[in-house]
Amino acid sequence: MASQPSYHSEVVAPSMNDLPPLPSLSVDEVGLTARAAELGRRSIKKATKLEGIRRALSMVDLTTLEGADTPDRVRRLCRRALQPAADEAGLPPVAAVCIYPRLVPVAYKELLGSPVQVCAVASGFPAGQVPLSVKIEDTRAAVENGADEVDIVVARGSLLSGDWQRVFDEIAALKEHCGRAHLKVILETGELGTFDKVAHAAWVACSAGADFIKTSTGKVAVNSTPPTALCMLNVARDYERERGRRIGVKIAGGIRTSKEALHYLVLVNETLGPRSLTNKWFRIGASSLVNDLVRQYKKAMHGTYQCADDVVTD
Amino acid sequence: MTRVQESSDPRVEPKRPVHPLAAPPESWDYATSIEDASLANLRDRYDLWIDGEWVKPAKKLWFESINPSTEQTLSEVAHAGPTDVDKAVRAARRALPGWRDMPASHRARILFAVSRLLQERSRELAVLETLDNGKPIRESRDVDVVLAAQHFFYYAGWTDKLDHVLPAGRKAEPIGVCGQVIPWNFPLLMAAWKLAPALAGGNTCVLKPAETTSLTALRLAEILEEAGVPPGVVNIVTGAGETGAALVNHPDVDKIAFTGSTDVGKLIQKSLAGTGKRLTLELGGKAAHLIFDDAPLDQAVEGIIQGIYFNQGQVCCAGSRLLVQESVERQLIDLLLARMQNIRVGNPLDKNTDLGAINSEEQLAKIESYLEIGEHEGATRRGPQCELPASGYWCAPTLFTGVTPTMRIATEEIFGPVLSVLTFRTPDEAIEKANNSLYGLSAGIWSDKGSKVFRMIEKLRAGVVWANTYNKFDASSPFGGYKESGFGREGGWHGLFPYLK
Amino acid sequence: MTAPPVHKTFKLYINGKFPRSESGRTLPLFDPKQKSEIPLTQIARGSRKDVRDAAQAARKAFAGWSAAVPLLRGQILHRMAELLDSRGREFEEYLTFYCGATPARAEAEVEAAADRLLWYAGWCDKLAQLYGTVNPVVGPYFNFSMPEPTGVVCAFAPPKPALLGLVSLLAPILVPGNTVVCVVPLEAAPIAVTLAEVCATSDLPAGVLNIVTGDPDELMPHASVHREFDGNFLVSSQAEVVRDIEAAAANHVKRQLTVPAHAPAWWHKSDAQDVRWMQAFLEIKTAWHTMGQ
Repeated sequence: MASQPSYHSEVVAPSMNDLPPLPSLSVDEVGLTARAAELGRRSIKKATKLEGIRRALSMVDLTTLEGADTPDRVRRLCRRALQPAADEAGLPPVAAVCIYPRLVPVAYKELLGSPVQVCAVASGFPAGQVPLSVKIEDTRAAVENGADEVDIVVARGSLLSGDWQRVFDEIAALKEHCGRAHLKVILETGELGTFDKVAHAAWVACSAGADFIKTSTGKVAVNSTPPTALCMLNVARDYERERGRRIGVKIAGGIRTSKEALHYLVLVNETLGPRSLTNKWFRIGASSLVNDLVRQYKKAMHGTYQCADDVVTD
Repeated sequence: MTRVQESSDPRVEPKRPVHPLAAPPESWDYATSIEDASLANLRDRYDLWIDGEWVKPAKKLWFESINPSTEQTLSEVAHAGPTDVDKAVRAARRALPGWRDMPASHRARILFAVSRLLQERSRELAVLETLDNGKPIRESRDVDVVLAAQHFFYYAGWTDKLDHVLPAGRKAEPIGVCGQVIPWNFPLLMAAWKLAPALAGGNTCVLKPAETTSLTALRLAEILEEAGVPPGVVNIVTGAGETGAALVNHPDVDKIAFTGSTDVGKLIQKSLAGTGKRLTLELGGKAAHLIFDDAPLDQAVEGIIQGIYFNQGQVCCAGSRLLVQESVERQLIDLLLARMQNIRVGNPLDKNTDLGAINSEEQLAKIESYLEIGEHEGATRRGPQCELPASGYWCAPTLFTGVTPTMRIATEEIFGPVLSVLTFRTPDEAIEKANNSLYGLSAGIWSDKGSKVFRMIEKLRAGVVWANTYNKFDASSPFGGYKESGFGREGGWHGLFPYLK
Repeated sequence: MTAPPVHKTFKLYINGKFPRSESGRTLPLFDPKQKSEIPLTQIARGSRKDVRDAAQAARKAFAGWSAAVPLLRGQILHRMAELLDSRGREFEEYLTFYCGATPARAEAEVEAAADRLLWYAGWCDKLAQLYGTVNPVVGPYFNFSMPEPTGVVCAFAPPKPALLGLVSLLAPILVPGNTVVCVVPLEAAPIAVTLAEVCATSDLPAGVLNIVTGDPDELMPHASVHREFDGNFLVSSQAEVVRDIEAAAANHVKRQLTVPAHAPAWWHKSDAQDVRWMQAFLEIKTAWHTMGQ
């Protein structure tokens, strides 16, 4: 981590030497949190809200990551993904279905010929505490079985103990085994302790070849929060500016309401700009959120508040 | 180390059909969300508030108060002449013994009630303030009214604890009748800053709001009455400069508190010479806002935006002189210019508006003259191309790069959304440049290094220093200037000193 | 046969040195107790340029004195009290000889002046605790206020009590870290210059305290508009003088403390030992810092 990166540098192959010195990635928690909250007070109404809800729905990685998941459960999820509400033709399908690798063949079959991607979590999800060889095998199998996208977890232990090199190497190795599948790197921000670490980890993930950086597994106490997302969006913007490669951002865990989802869309809109308001560059890992998006869409379309049974849930 | 090969578009095209929403939107512009102007409950005409009654001005003169975002007349406001001011001062003098000698706990209850009523009527007050001043409803709602209520709450609590304010062993006594002249940039908040500590101290007041922004102060009169403030304890005389002069020069006023320009402050200080009247002044500024290369840049950018575009830059402590360490200048300016694109200029009643209208035609002309001066001096004017409303007084957010310390835009207070960007190389140079000003109201520092931050706090000659934040205010936090930015403090324990003997 | 005394020249005190007035002028000081054609001595009659030089010296000294640790300032003021006390006999003699005090009164004045200096010396390392606060603001911010010196203060000394008045005037200015130019009227000049000798041997850095003796009526109009001064401490009961000085202060928004010449019972601690005299020449600085991770 020697010299400051030259500004407007050429696109270069990533390596540890590309890291900027830490201070330039420093984040003030108070200011970050205040800005994220301020953007949460944008008033999103009328056409903006309708468009926002449709966009948000199109960005959802509809997720089930339970030990109790069965092929049937995944099949139902895929139907939901393709058609979130049978009675609302204006609603798009979601972006992807996110599942454990073992169930990838099921989803692959269900989603064949649809725009909905198959996304598998891999690399010893959610803790990542398995040997690299196992992570590689996990990833390879998911891709072979038809996953379009692979969500991997970084070795948080290495990250917290300062072994950035190991973090980088693992991501780079897994990227190699992803083939044509997109790599989303989960930072598990709730375990990193500071936004400085979040920003640094995000930069390392980008350097090592991540297509997306993702907040969390959804399996720990603190998952995605607006300040975390804002922090990562800022890094994605900086990385593109400094290295010329665009990175997507995925938030996950605990996003249940349309209001929260729209808040995140505002964050994207006012950092990366509207060009990133597509599922190519922004994803929301969620499950019950879809119900609320449908409900709020109906409210916005038809003008009356909906009762719980107006939305068919799964 | 493994190297990952990348192409300019590393994303492999999906084998799947294209998602119907794959293309990004042109924009996701927020639909307007206009606050209801009728909440302001405007009257056609306002008289003077003297001795607990609405009193017509002796000369039967009224002037128009307009909405600076539309140039439409909102209402008519009385023009107080010397006779009216005299009447108000007499009323305040008559009310003094009763208010001063009332049990302190009773005064406290009344001032707490003022705070509560401000909260109750906050939405109405926010709308009224935005109509009258031109500031975004977001700010009047989240800043002005909230802080005004906090100010009364804070000082209400001091009312029965005044013997803890001054050196031990002295009984705290009010000064007497206070003449208070306030500016147009935070009309309600400045009224609260002036009245709350004065009333807590047992003083009585004659308040002169700024000519262009009288309406919230007049609404405050109703609230004070409803809270139980006795007649004559607070009197509100509206008018222009002559009204203020009549108040300042009235022989029976014991203390003057003024917030406004340094030029007028000097005139007031001069006119009070030899009279024995007490004086506090909160005047202009040209705050240095220092960005070091170890700063958290994204938050610094927000701080800069907050520092210069909050309230259209019409803030005495605005961070109008940006001093950037050379090593991060280009990066910071790029981030700043990009961020400025997101500033939403327009109808102040729209909840999504970030930058509202300039308060008056006169102020807009002054700002525009500085834009010309800056260009003439050779600085580069930059900023987003905003579509500005056809009527009303508007100025797009602007910054000047290539500014040198000797330029007028680097030394004079513009009082508008205009930022001058200068550079420095070392901390010592930053201190020297920051302090090389006749003003000394506020300053800002952005750095991740605690040791440097504290040294900067110590070395900057300014009454308020914000470190890794900017333009934060609080009733418990003293505010006021060094040098030609004035003397005396408002807010906090220190804010009581000017109102007690 | 007793040798005649060695003639003592009362000069100015500027930037740690004892120059004559650049104007080359002096004023005769006559015996206050009896009418006499022969002056007791000659006093340097300072000019506007002497005030300017003194102001520049004071400004130059401000950075160091204001940044000195309060303990050091306190020890230096204590050292001044030590030397004032050890030269007590000399001050007593001068007070009786030049100022017309009775010996008993002179002795009491020296003692009171030493006491006063000590009282203020002890404030140096406590002032921040008297005026400093931590402010409980809404939000994740550490917010504190602290006193800082105003800058360079111009003090207009009373003719009497020559020593006690001077000490009471200068100490509260010096405690927070201000530097000072003191304009001293003829009557108090021998005492002021002797006090300067105390300062010069007390480790008080050059320029922190400067004394310009002479005719205040001549110097006040210049000193009061000098923009190097950030504040004025005026002792006067003359309405016109007060008005003029206060009006001139407005040209630079100077901090003004005016005390009527008769009002402070200089001898009464309850009146003349008032923390608000220090408060007049200090600024409250408030700092905000975020509290995050």
